[in-house]
Amino acid sequence: MMVKPKHQRLVLVVLAVAALVGAVLLAMWGLQDRAAYFVTPSDIAAGKAQPDKAMRLGGMVVKGSLKRDPDGLTVRFTVSDTRAQTPVVFRGITPDLFKEGNGVVAEGRLDPTGLFVADNILAKHDERYMPPQMANEVPSQ
Amino acid sequence: MIAETGLAALWLATALAALQLGLACGLGGEEGRRVGTIRAVALSQALLTLFAFGALVMVFLDSDMSVKLVAANSHSEKPWIYKFAGAWGNHEGSMLLWVTVLAVAGAVVALFERRLDERTLGATLGAQAALGLGFFAFLLFASNPFERLDPAPLDGRGLNPLLQDPGLAFHPPTLYLGYVGLSVAFSLAVGGLIRGDVSPAIARAMRPWVLAAWIFLTLGITAGSYWAYYELGWGGWWFWDPVENASLMPWLAATALLHSVNVLAARGGLRAWTMMLALVAFSMSMVGTFLVRSGILTSVHAFAVDPTRGTFILALLALYIGGALTLFAFRIAHVKEGAPFEIVSREGALVANNLLLSVILGTVFVGTLYPLIAEALFGEKLSVGPPYFDSVAGPLALILAALMMIGPQLRWRRDKTAILPRWAPGILVAIAVLVGSFILNPHIGLLPRLGLAIGAGLIPASLQPLLGRSLRRTPLAVWGMALAHLGVAVAILGMASDSAFTREKLAAVRRGEIVEVGPWFVRLQEVMPVAGPNWTAIEAELRASTGSGLTVLKPQSRFFPSPPTTTNEAAIDTRWNGQLYAVLGEPDGQGRWQVRLWWKPFVTLIWLGGILIGLGGVLALVGRLLRERRQRIRGEEAFA
Repeated sequence: MMVKPKHQRLVLVVLAVAALVGAVLLAMWGLQDRAAYFVTPSDIAAGKAQPDKAMRLGGMVVKGSLKRDPDGLTVRFTVSDTRAQTPVVFRGITPDLFKEGNGVVAEGRLDPTGLFVADNILAKHDERYMPPQMANEVPSQ
Repeated sequence: MIAETGLAALWLATALAALQLGLACGLGGEEGRRVGTIRAVALSQALLTLFAFGALVMVFLDSDMSVKLVAANSHSEKPWIYKFAGAWGNHEGSMLLWVTVLAVAGAVVALFERRLDERTLGATLGAQAALGLGFFAFLLFASNPFERLDPAPLDGRGLNPLLQDPGLAFHPPTLYLGYVGLSVAFSLAVGGLIRGDVSPAIARAMRPWVLAAWIFLTLGITAGSYWAYYELGWGGWWFWDPVENASLMPWLAATALLHSVNVLAARGGLRAWTMMLALVAFSMSMVGTFLVRSGILTSVHAFAVDPTRGTFILALLALYIGGALTLFAFRIAHVKEGAPFEIVSREGALVANNLLLSVILGTVFVGTLYPLIAEALFGEKLSVGPPYFDSVAGPLALILAALMMIGPQLRWRRDKTAILPRWAPGILVAIAVLVGSFILNPHIGLLPRLGLAIGAGLIPASLQPLLGRSLRRTPLAVWGMALAHLGVAVAILGMASDSAFTREKLAAVRRGEIVEVGPWFVRLQEVMPVAGPNWTAIEAELRASTGSGLTVLKPQSRFFPSPPTTTNEAAIDTRWNGQLYAVLGEPDGQGRWQVRLWWKPFVTLIWLGGILIGLGGVLALVGRLLRERRQRIRGEEAFA
């Protein structure tokens, strides 16, 4: 079926609008359960963080809390935002700037016992770089 | 002295951009509107900007620490290539590179564009000057690269070691050529809309720019992906980092534009659509620049954290994008309707291509900006990563690839012959691979499995448009299309293979111990200190053996004194059937070292595909330009 040019333009406009709306709806659907919320130990203490949902935990690595398991691969440490603390476990190679007393952002999930199981620790690539989320949450020292 | 001359050249170029805009608006009367006048202004503006950029490179090569930018980003002990590349490895320098490309592109249009009438060309150059003016102002008022330091420090702070890599020398310039090349498409669309003349001639003028910009973006993204893969040491090739998305969004828009501009040039159809895409493509380049340069997003790349700059670029963005869309809304009714076509036709397939690419672009755009919106509106802090982008964009890309099997084989305007026989080779191969993969390995994820099937099916399908043609008489543009589509197939196969078959092993090992990963046995032979030109390192010697061979990998943990930083240097061994990838971690204090290994079958196909796509673009571009030249010469002969 060959449509008139005038109608054809209308069809194209409708298609374009449909694509735009479709994209936004699709994005909203995808974002509903796939966006990782940024939480602090205080949020977790207040019960605002759901277990088993992808999230990012930010704070300071508490001095003296960093321990290594005998397997040589798993590290355990405590993250603090000065008001509350969350224990974290991570299996893997930690980034170079990951140290006690430094800021850290860990990606992972909270298990039902309140332990944060990290599957990634975000690198802080130079001394000038600090995630804006961190800069707001942790007072600079 | 060099720095002051550079700054003066920049001011003069800015004045010329203002003059060019004024002339195009008719402030100089009919005489000033003449293309000859504008041409001279555009050329001088480009030369002055190039001079300023040259001056910046000079002060970096001289290690002139009295220039603030050099002191902040360079170091006299650095190898010369990184001093050279360091000129654009920072915010100010990269913005100067951006306007340099913008001005040079404007001059090239002014000098060589012959397809358009004088008025449209004048309006186009006016639009290009308006773009230039904004970014010149941004450079001069918010990020002056030539600012002095008094007193000058003894030496500089050095370049971020992550950026001390040969990839840096050409990665940003390549992307910028792509970003800014799209500015010409934007200006042509603005020129055409102002004049109410959206003819195939505009599309023909736009096409080489879109193609060239798209080639640079394709190669830049491919190179950037490989750079992140080996430099960041996370074993991944795409992280959906906002900065990566910033280059992907213009690429998606340019890909859509590249296809629709052909409909306009060849058939006179899709007029409003093509103009809209041209505006969107460069708008995405500017959004990308805003995201990267304002430091607004949490990202490993966002080094420039400066709110005034962010506000400045945001204002420019609002002005240009808002202005262009307003112009579009008011003028589009004056644009004549395009030639009609049926749903089942080449045009119809290209509309489907455009719609799918637009939806992918929309979802990537929303996902990238959602953290900002959520924080501004609801005060929520969140990040959107691979789980979102993979599950939303992945299936759409596969649908697009499935349509690619048939689209290029359809006829223009209407296609009455049966489609299925032409679609069959691709579909049959895809089904065969799907069944085969279930039999051989039932444990693959759905998306990678479909990727393997559709990627494989696209290989014969992408070559089908060449069948039944005399290969010698086939236009280069058709060869280019086939090659680029083949590249897409190859890249999809690489991505699917990487996510379906990668084997990973993390271990703490002593000297002499062996780790097994995929078909490889990897033995930690030795760990020793080594030194480079401006770093020291701990290096591990890993002996890897498999049925077919033996290889040595030497991953390092490097320490750079200026600025003090440690980085992990992954070691990669490339085989015909994949890559073995090794990263060295920390010692545990009891004689063990952390080692992380990946065996990634056929991962190299990802970047090979990217290169093929780019090469296809080059063939198409060369073919189009040669053909136009032949036609022009023939036309001149006929006239004589």
